Order: sequence, then structure tokens, then C-alpha cells
Amino acid sequence: MRQTIKLKVNGVERQDDVEPRMLLVHYLRDRLNLTGTHVGCDTGQCGACTVLLNGEAVKSCMVLAVQANGAEVSTVESLARGTEYHPVQQAFWDMHGLQCGFCTPGMMMAAVGLLKRNPNPTDDEIREQLEGNLCRCTGYQNIVAAVRSAAEKMQSTPAAAPVTAGASGE
Amino acid sequence: MAVSRLFGASVKRREDPRLITGHGAYTDDMKLPGMAYLAILRSPYGHARIKRIDTSKAQQHPGVLAVYTGADLAGKLNPIPCAWLIPDSDLKTPPYPALASDTVRFTGDGVAMVVASSPYIARDALDLIEVDYEPLPVVTTQEQAAAPGAPQLHESAPGNLAFNWKFAGGDVDAAFRDAEVTVKQRFVQQRLIPNAMEPRGAVAQWTPGADEVTLWNTTQNPHIARFLLSVVAGIPENKIRVVARDVGGGFGSKIPFYAGEALTVFAARELGVPVKWIEDRRENYLATIHGRDQITDVELAAKRDGTITGLRVNALSNMGAYLSTAAPGVPTWLFALIVPGCYTIPAYSCDVKGYFTNTTPTDAYRGAGRPEASFLMERMVDLLAGELHMDPVEVRRKNFIPADAFPYTTVTTLTYDSGNYQQTLDKALEMVDYQGLRQQQQQMRQQGKYLGIGISSYVEVCGLAPSPAAGAMGFQGGLWEPATVRVLATGKVIVLTGTSPHGQGEETTFAQLVGEDLGVPVEDVDVIHGDTGAIPMGWGTYGSRSTAVGGTAIKKATIKVLEKAKKLAAHLLEAAPEDIVADHGRFYVQGSPAKSVTIQDIALQANLGWNLPKDMTPGLEESHFHDPTNFTYPFGTHICVVEVDADTGEVKIRRYVAVDDVGVVINPMIVDGQVHGGVAQGIGQALYEHAIYDEGGNLVTGSMLDYAVPNATQIPNIETARTETPCPHNLTGVKGVGETGTIASSQAVVNAVVDALSPLGIKHIDMPLTPERVWKTIQAAKASPTGAN
Ligand code: FES
Ligand code: FES
Repeated sequence: MRQTIKLKVNGVERQDDVEPRMLLVHYLRDRLNLTGTHVGCDTGQCGACTVLLNGEAVKSCMVLAVQANGAEVSTVESLARGTEYHPVQQAFWDMHGLQCGFCTPGMMMAAVGLLKRNPNPTDDEIREQLEGNLCRCTGYQNIVAAVRSAAEKMQSTPAAAPVTAGASGE
Repeated sequence: MAVSRLFGASVKRREDPRLITGHGAYTDDMKLPGMAYLAILRSPYGHARIKRIDTSKAQQHPGVLAVYTGADLAGKLNPIPCAWLIPDSDLKTPPYPALASDTVRFTGDGVAMVVASSPYIARDALDLIEVDYEPLPVVTTQEQAAAPGAPQLHESAPGNLAFNWKFAGGDVDAAFRDAEVTVKQRFVQQRLIPNAMEPRGAVAQWTPGADEVTLWNTTQNPHIARFLLSVVAGIPENKIRVVARDVGGGFGSKIPFYAGEALTVFAARELGVPVKWIEDRRENYLATIHGRDQITDVELAAKRDGTITGLRVNALSNMGAYLSTAAPGVPTWLFALIVPGCYTIPAYSCDVKGYFTNTTPTDAYRGAGRPEASFLMERMVDLLAGELHMDPVEVRRKNFIPADAFPYTTVTTLTYDSGNYQQTLDKALEMVDYQGLRQQQQQMRQQGKYLGIGISSYVEVCGLAPSPAAGAMGFQGGLWEPATVRVLATGKVIVLTGTSPHGQGEETTFAQLVGEDLGVPVEDVDVIHGDTGAIPMGWGTYGSRSTAVGGTAIKKATIKVLEKAKKLAAHLLEAAPEDIVADHGRFYVQGSPAKSVTIQDIALQANLGWNLPKDMTPGLEESHFHDPTNFTYPFGTHICVVEVDADTGEVKIRRYVAVDDVGVVINPMIVDGQVHGGVAQGIGQALYEHAIYDEGGNLVTGSMLDYAVPNATQIPNIETARTETPCPHNLTGVKGVGETGTIASSQAVVNAVVDALSPLGIKHIDMPLTPERVWKTIQAAKASPTGAN
């Protein structure tokens, strides 16, 4: 009853046998040891598990691993290039956009997805588009500031934005 | 970064690089060879007798290692203890078994558990356990529980009364007898769910032979967890190591010691394999503590000029089905003593009754008792202002403890360390342009629009310590903190702290403290926390105590290191120790800075030990165990400006200004962040959040869909400002900021909404101020010639 899946995770080809009911987030965390992607609810309500699936931000607890067959997945672990942080990571650090850090990987992946769709969002747009990502620590203010600052930086120096590994195939 | 400016600088957080790259070490990230997974079967009934449990099918399910019920724990796992035994209150502490064996008392009470080779299999097997329940009558509210003839939860607690705690100071009867005006109001502090984004969990590894256990746990206080685990599991304290490296938020919900971690350790010991238990969000809602849930009847006595002369509070608190670790202290000591707030109230009494109900146990949730206190006081001040047709600002000014009266001993015998309440109020009024706003309010009212201004002046008690006070209050622990500052041969520094930050940023602020004094870059200082194997002792992170108590311990240990360093510098420079100046990491003889040794030189020599003064021991490491002499008392004024849409009941926050005085600030960026997050939780309580049970004891708001954790569109930008009144009784002058935002904010919002709707005769609305509730109150007010309340 196991199914074979082939997918590219953070730029690396993977082939694995999984139970059809296994959630993508569990595949990433438990099989691939990519524990940067967190589980806050496993019912699609908190956004802690957000990753990029074929370049789009999705909640990986709402996707079965078998549904990711043939796809490209990027997790938080792929954002930085060596010691060079992605502008979104850098901005979260600079603007104190995290406290306990548990929502942060999902929040940053959602922000990366948001900036792809809308490279120059207003504060209200940032808030609306991050609505599905809950943070209990920060009150969101510095998260919004971080996303805005990342947007500005990515606008002024587009080259500063490393293309995330898994999304590079677009 | 220039070392001379570490203290007080917005240094970027040292913990962030691992967290933003996905390399945090949260409990669920722990993976050990051969690990098994535990899942807990939880009662679907609020109250029921367990007639029969059949685990045979589950036992036979492939991949299942073991299934246990309450009966299997007998003699191996003691009940989960309550650790705040408030004195003189007839406290009842009925046993709280880790798994119920005859009666379940709340939806979510543990009934059985499965250990399996994967988390999926463990959950599958839960479905195969058959339990016959005989439902019993349910009580979910404290008022139901108190009613004559109510169903009883525990034999040892007649009338479901867990305790009755009282305080009285001054002549309250006289105050009311002589009152020129009195104001009465009932307030409902609704039940809240803490919602740390990381669910709770545990990983336990038992080493047979050594008979030792390592427990990775989502806890705010690993040493307390070690202590209570030893009591519950009968494992000697020296054979237990508790680790909490990264913890994804707590807000009080990770203070208690829970059944889940005890069961994880039990299973690891029984089976001899590492065991992991991680709750899902549904379990988190059912079986991790809830907060607040207190009903207060309040009466205030005053003179016509606005002078408050007396206050009487009767509180009914819903403790849930059992007493959680710190639960009895929250609605009593932490609530009652600070109720008089910023004001010179000469007479005050408070009667608190705690009741058992068929609900999830309640315990400390951010602010723990103090949000309830400041809410009721600040609402009463506004009600008095309304009664007397005075400006609420004037009533506050009239009753504030004057700035020259500190230290000030209150009617509740607290000694407020320092304060200047007038100053934060003035600053906040100026920031919002209070007079201009009042004019605007008048104009808008003429257009049928409802603008409201809500003021909240608060003082809170935090920096939890001193230990003798803890003892007097019945807290079964100390509240001091240890610290070790260890300078390695290369001049790098390791700091050990018994506090256990989980988002508050002390890896950075503590590094700033030490870096500043030793004159080393902040990058050279690593703060180790959350490991009982590395840290001698500690009482954890809660009650905004880490920086005031733990930070002061670190400061004192650092001073000792500096003293030794000076002695060694004198030896190396062939001078007298009293002539040596320590100047940002350089040590030289007063007046001749050209010839100096660095802290790194000294660290190397101290650690080599080749050439030390005769009486000097090698190494450069000092410890200090610090117990403060008093609590700390941060204060401030928050002002919320709202617009209420009378047609929909919707509340829109136009501005939110927070002027706080948290003493001296080490890292302004982190302090602002704490205020933002704290205020967001207070706004959450004011406008959105409410944990609701139905009559059968089911948690209706059992998921994040039904319980409104505020999202990014629901929290406004917070405008922060500060005044700085140092704490006089610690070396750094810090007071604490972890809870101020939550303590200050709910009533600022509610005061604003009530102020907006005052032309309709509305005097109070209970939280959360959802559009529906506000709209209904408006409709009722319009229908009634005398107003709604
Ligand atoms: S874990 Fe996926 S949305 Fe919460
Ligand atoms: S930083 Fe803690 S939940 Fe967002």
C-alpha cells in the first residue's frame, strides 16, 4: 500500500516510498529531517508548515506527500545561500520579526510567496496576505515591517534575492 | 559594535540566525534511534464514570509496542501535584491522576495511551481502544459549580469549592458607610486559550542500568519540571536531566508540569526505548491549561470630588477539573494584591473563591491575575468618572500615588519600588493629542459617529522573587536565580542562567549585560539556558522575572569575574589591585593606559595557571545566587482610540499608544517587541478570544477555526514610548516587560468602546467585544429609555 514518489526538495532529487496518507510536512520533517518546517496545528489553520510547492506558498499539512509527486518543494532550509541570507531572512533578523521563532519559517516562506506575486505590497496587503499565518509572539508589527523592508531591498537590488533552490526550475 | 554602548543598544538577536535558517532545536525536532511514539486517548465526555476499558484490539495492532491505562500506573506514577498551596484558604487538592482510572472530569482528561513505532500507528490504535462511559451530570461554570445541589467533582471538595482566600486592609465598612458616591459593576474575565504556536510535547530517553532519564520538554522552567518529575515518577532528582533548548512560546501554558511528560517518561522507563509525545492542536486546546475565567463583583466608594475611599471585590474563579501546578496562586495573590493599582486606596477587601468545574484546568496565562486586576480597576475608574461626569483623566490624576511617595506601601502591604504615574499619563495624552481628540469626538457625535478614547494606567508586580515571599504565599519553590560567568582561555565567554527564555531574547540581552561589563564583543558571549545538566539550578521564565532576577545574578557574577581579573591584571602589571582600572576590556594602572593587558590576556593566564598570585585559584569563572529583596513594579499608560460602527457593532482601533516605564532598558528593540506582542494578546482578549463550553462540557471552540487567535489584519500598529524610572533595588535598574502589554491593554480597548457608546447610556460590555455583542448592546440601549446597563 506504499506508493513511490519522486520529487525535488531544496534542489535535491528524492525518491521514497510513503504511505498514501502521509502529510507532506511529515515527509519533510520525519523522512528528510528538514525540521525547519514546523507543525502548529496540522489542520491548515496556523501556517507554521508553509513551504513553496512549485514556487507557490502552500501549507504542507494540507498536502499529501503523494500529491507532491513530480513537484519541486522548497523549505526554509533552502532560503540562505551559504552564509548569505535571503532578503526576507535578513529583514526578519534586522527588524526583530521573530521572538520564539516557531511561526517564523512558515511566515518567511509565506512572505517569499507573497513577494513573488506582489513585489511591492502595501502594509495592508502584507497583512491581508499573511492572514493565514498566525504568530502569537510579535503582534505582527515587526513581521510587516520585515516584509516591507525585504520588498524594498529586493526591488532596489533584484540580484540580492537568491532564487530559492527548489523554485529555481521556474 | 562599540562595546561601550552594548547596554541600552538595539543589538540584533543572537538567537535569530539558527531560527531563521530552520535550525532551531524544538522538542519535536528531536529524533533518537529506535524512538517510539506515544499518543493519549482523551475523554470525549466532560464528566463520566469509566465502566470498562478494553485495550486488546489496540494491543494487537501491528506496530503497537504497548497500551497502558490508569490501572497500569498504580505504584509507578504518582498524581500530578499542585505546587502553589495558598495558606489559610481551606485549599483542597484532590489527586490529579496522569490517566483517569474511574472517573473522567473534563473533556480531554487522559484515559489510556498507546506507544507505537510511528505517530500514525499510535493514533490508529487509539481508535481501537474501547471505553464504556457512564455519563455524569456536568458543571462548566463557577456559578453552576457553586449552586446548591450542583453535581460534585471531587469527594474531598464539598460544594466544588477548591479554596476561599481573603484579604482585607483598612476599614472597608467605614469607607462604604461614609461614601458620597458608590459604583458597582460585575465583570466577566472570559476563559482564554494561550495558543503558544508550538504545541506541547516531550521526548524521554531512559538509560537502563544507570537508571537515568533525559527529558526534552516544552517547558518554561526545566528545573521545576525536574523537581516535579522526581516527585511524580519517583526518580531521584540527580538522575533526571531536563532539556528545553528552543521553546516555541509559552505565555504561562508551559509553566505547569503535565500528565503528558510524566507519561512519556513512564513509557520510556517501562519499554527501555526513547519515546516521543507531541500533542496536536486539538489536544493542546483540551489538555493544556486555559487562562483567566474569573467573575468579579466590584464596589467602589468615593467622594464627590473623585477621591476613591474604598474598594470591595468578590471573585469567583473557575479552576477547571483539577488544580494545575501554579493555579491557586493566580486568582489570589497575583490578582488581589495589585488590584488597587496606581491609586492611594485606603481601604480594600477581596474575597476569592475557586471552584472545580468539568473544564480544562486553568493556570497562569500571560499576566496571570494582573490583567484581571488592572482591568477591573481601570474599568471602575472610568465608571466612577462617568458617575461623577468627570474626565477619566482627572479621576486618575486625583488618585495617583504621587511621584514623591515612593517607595510606597499599599493597603495590600506591597511596597512599590519606584514610579511616576503622572509622567506616563501625560506623555500618552500628548502623543494622542487628548484635547484635540475630545473635540473631534464631539464633532463626530454630532454626525452620529462613535469615537471613543480608552485610558489604562497600570502598575504591575513582577520580577517574581523574593523567595521568602514565595514561601509566605505557599509557592512550593524558591524564586531566586543562579548565574555562572565563565571566561574561557580564548577570552570567549559562557554564561549559565537558570531562567529559560523561549522568545524573550535573553541570549542577547544577557550577552549585552556581560559584554558591556567585561568589555568583550556581544558575539563572544554565549548564554546557555534550558538544560538542568549544564545549569546548577533555576526557577525559570515567567512573571517577567528573567532580566530582573536572572539578569541581576549574571551582573553580580560578572562583577566577581572582574574583581578576579583586576587582581590578575595587577599581578601581570606588577601593580596593586586597587590601582587597576577596568576600561572596556583593557586593564591598566590608573593614569597610565599605555601599558595594559586585555581581558583576553587575563583569561588566558587565568586558565593556564602558570603564573598566578599566590592566593589565587586557577580559572576565570564565578557564580552568584541572587535573591532580590522585593518585586519590581513596571507601570505606564496605554491609550486606545476606537471607532465603533453602530450599524454593525464593529470596533476599529484607530490608534494604540503604549507609554511604559519598565525601568532601565537593556535592548529597546526587544522591549518594543515584548510590548507589541503583549498588547496583541490583550487586544485579542478584548475583541476576539473566548473559550466556550456547551452544557455537556464540550469545548465548542476546540480548534483554531472556532477560537479566534488574532491574525495580522486584526492587530493595529502599536505606537510605543517610554519613561525610565530605575528599579532601586537591583544593580541594573531593570523591572521587566514580558507581561506589561497584556496587563495594560484589554481595558484600554474596552474603556474606549464604552466611551464611544456612552451617549447611548452604555456603561459596560463584557469581553470579547465581538461585533455581535456590541451590536446587541447598542440595540438594547436604544430600546431602553435608561440605557443598556
Ligand atoms: S501546521 Fe499546517 S497550517 Fe498549521
Ligand atoms: S515568533 Fe513566536 S509564534 Fe511567531
